[in-house]
Amino acid sequence: MIESIKLFINQITAPQISFTAIILLFFFIFPPSEGLYKFHKKIGLHKLWTNAGGKFMMGALFLFFCFGIMDENFRLIVTKADNVPIVGLLFLVVFFLWFALKQGYDNDKRIEEGKGPIEAEDAKEKVLVWPDLVYIELIAIVGCSILLLVWAMGLAAPLEAPANPTVSPNPSKAPWYFLGLQEMLVYFDPWIAGVLFPAIIKLGFMAIPFIDNNPKGAGYYTFNERKMAISIFLFLWLVLWIFLISTGTFLRGPNWNFFGPFEYWDTHKLEALTNINLSELVYMIWLGQALPDNILIREMWGFLLIGAYFVITPALLTVTIFKKVFQRLGPVRYSVFIVLLLLACSLPIKMYLRWAFNIKYLVAIPEFFFNI
Amino acid sequence: MSNHDPNKETLFQKMQKTQVFRAIFRTGGAIDTHKKRVLVTLNNVFLHLHPVRLPKHAVKVKYTWCMGGLSFFVFLVLTITGILLMFYYRPTVEYAYGDVTDLSEQVPLGIMREIHRWAAHLMVITVWLHMFRVFMTGSYKPPREFNWIVGVILLILTMLMSFTGYLLPWDQLAIWAITVGANMAAATPVIGTAGPGASLLAIGDVNFVHGTADAKFAMLGGRFVGEAALIRFYVLHCIGLPFVMMLFMIVHFWRVRKDGGISGPT
Repeated sequence: MIESIKLFINQITAPQISFTAIILLFFFIFPPSEGLYKFHKKIGLHKLWTNAGGKFMMGALFLFFCFGIMDENFRLIVTKADNVPIVGLLFLVVFFLWFALKQGYDNDKRIEEGKGPIEAEDAKEKVLVWPDLVYIELIAIVGCSILLLVWAMGLAAPLEAPANPTVSPNPSKAPWYFLGLQEMLVYFDPWIAGVLFPAIIKLGFMAIPFIDNNPKGAGYYTFNERKMAISIFLFLWLVLWIFLISTGTFLRGPNWNFFGPFEYWDTHKLEALTNINLSELVYMIWLGQALPDNILIREMWGFLLIGAYFVITPALLTVTIFKKVFQRLGPVRYSVFIVLLLLACSLPIKMYLRWAFNIKYLVAIPEFFFNI
Repeated sequence: MSNHDPNKETLFQKMQKTQVFRAIFRTGGAIDTHKKRVLVTLNNVFLHLHPVRLPKHAVKVKYTWCMGGLSFFVFLVLTITGILLMFYYRPTVEYAYGDVTDLSEQVPLGIMREIHRWAAHLMVITVWLHMFRVFMTGSYKPPREFNWIVGVILLILTMLMSFTGYLLPWDQLAIWAITVGANMAAATPVIGTAGPGASLLAIGDVNFVHGTADAKFAMLGGRFVGEAALIRFYVLHCIGLPFVMMLFMIVHFWRVRKDGGISGPT
């Protein structure tokens, strides 16, 4: 019985399934549009952001770890000294997600009733920094110090064998906060996953205040007034960052193969490498001929596809679901927004191209290290 | 036992009247009046980071989560433990690993490295959560756009600090994690040997980007993670990045006040 549950969890945590499930559920839990928001309320998902919902989520997470910790393989990976902070991070992220959205939904209700956010009511009263703020800071500092002391006394900092450039550990992992990038390496070449995307992520984050021109929701928690902004942000942060980090930390073993949380890290696990490039798929499999010698003709299909993605998709989106967004943002803001959004979506798209068609590169010009 | 006389001064009250106490604490005496509560914030260099008065929502933990303040506190913890660690640690391939083992085996109360490492992880987490809180309260909206940018820079610096510190114990975990990072640098477009357009920077047959002159080499000071990389990361970790970070923190805190204090409903 327990073994079959573990086997089931091992199966569904495979990125193909877990990622799909998360994406499908995501927009019902964090609806970006009015229509989805109504549906989200109708099926009762807004109850996640009540006290009962919070207890349910934290309880479920806690029970999962209690159940898991009894398993040797699970224990081995979760209690690895450098992985402990990420377990803590998971609990903290779920807690603060609930904490923020609960206050947001409570405020939405108040705003609906015409009362304004609770923060506005609090703000009418002024308090002195000494002692009202200073003692809160003191408590926070003492609490944080105790946490660090207990943590430091209870858990030794990891120290492995002395550095040896001739023996590389398998798997070689980057520090945990970069594992989202390392996970992207499965789907993109290093120049995209390690250089282009990090740069875009930074610039994109800095651009947020200039793209989001919705004046509402400044200085108080709300969801309803900023549905789209919050939904997109949470998609980037929870799914494309925290989820990928968790996958990279807990579920990637030797040779960066996937291992379920209850699976033994077998160095000899073999995964069939059947990835092919788009050009090979088009010419050799569909057209049944040799690859053309001319690089541009060979990679034409990939360039066309990527060109279409960045030209036709925005055009289509602008006249359909983003019509109002375009009106609200104006051409300049909207262009920046749509390019960033398409770049972010290229990651899940590439993931599905890999899983569905075994596509390695859309454009493969290894002669110039130019692979997309 | 109860011979407490309300008019009799306690030792602490007597102490507060001494010349020494009054010399140190300008406000002096017990802080029992409204005026003194105002003055204590104004007269203290550390407390005057804060305004004297705040709207009540701004001090509530449920609004702020304390994450920004805790990030700063953890940064201070890291600075102090980091200074202590520097007394024992020599950044050379020969000594680094041995010094780290000595630190846990020979040094009394040797949990400084533990505190330093866990605080480093904690700081990454608190900074992320601070960013999340700022987003969820819409606090990046005008007039606070620029401070959000400074915040993103501080977030990047936090991760770079953590990344450079990762190499210093000079164990297998350290050099291979940095190797993964360095190989990504080699793939930088145009200025990395394994990046697209590596052959663009060239005059005739003379290529400017090669194994000993590219982004990876600049990062490591060599072709692989060795002595030069260790000293580079050490200097960046202990002096370079903290210095830059301090500058941005000064701007960050200053702008919180100049942009009208902590965000709130208008």
